[in-house]
Amino acid sequence: MIEQFFFYMFAIVAIVTAVLVISVRNPVHSAFYLIVCFLQVAAIFILLRSPFLAAVQVFIYVGAIMVLFLFAVLVLDIGREQFRERFHGQTVPALVAIAGLFVVMGILLVSGRITAPLGPFDEPALMKNTEVIGKSLYTSYIFPFEIVSILLLIALIGAVVLVMRERGKENKD
Amino acid sequence: MALTLTHYLVLSFILFLVGMAGVLLRRNIIIVLMSLELIFNSVNISLAAFSYFLQNLNGTIFVVFNITIAAAEAAIGLAILVAVYRRRQTVNVDELDEMRG
Repeated sequence: MIEQFFFYMFAIVAIVTAVLVISVRNPVHSAFYLIVCFLQVAAIFILLRSPFLAAVQVFIYVGAIMVLFLFAVLVLDIGREQFRERFHGQTVPALVAIAGLFVVMGILLVSGRITAPLGPFDEPALMKNTEVIGKSLYTSYIFPFEIVSILLLIALIGAVVLVMRERGKENKD
Repeated sequence: MALTLTHYLVLSFILFLVGMAGVLLRRNIIIVLMSLELIFNSVNISLAAFSYFLQNLNGTIFVVFNITIAAAEAAIGLAILVAVYRRRQTVNVDELDEMRG
């Protein structure tokens, strides 16, 4: 019962802040609402008995990605968006696409096709969630793990190269 | 009535729709990138929910990889945004149409 109460609280706050993210005009406000939304998602991960995911969510999303976003918004001074720019020629097709997806997913969910009973609880496994994840990351998932680390390195170098100015061009800007 | 998988899937579905609406309706490229992060999060919720209800940790490990990819995507996306803004002085998606895509 209490779990349900917390689920609905987190879910409603997450959805309301998500709607605010895409509807407020100032990108800085959007970024802060997005931080609240990510924290609610972290709480949902705790309800799903994955404390490791919740911690990763807070560290990486709130700690790293959102700081990057805020940094970009504040450095570039792009807080001004005109109201007319929000409604453009593609609004109707976009709304049709969203409504279509809503209907398809709603039918799938209402028909009960996508559901599963709660598997048998294995308390020790739930308690050792992080340990089990770490073990399988370093044993059966070692190859994807290495690939992802190389990908992160490439992203790091790519970001630096993209933002770096060429020395000869500095006078022109 | 306890929480079922459907509760979590509906939450993930609504967040996905909100993110999709943000990508399709907003013209500010930074809001579009934030909406992409919302979509990543909704997918993560659904993966974690399946992982919990099927009692199988593969879904959780997938979420970890997903978050890593999202971090790389955000870093590259914002770097491209900074480079574009330097050259064009705009963040409106409609004005960045040089390639006539």
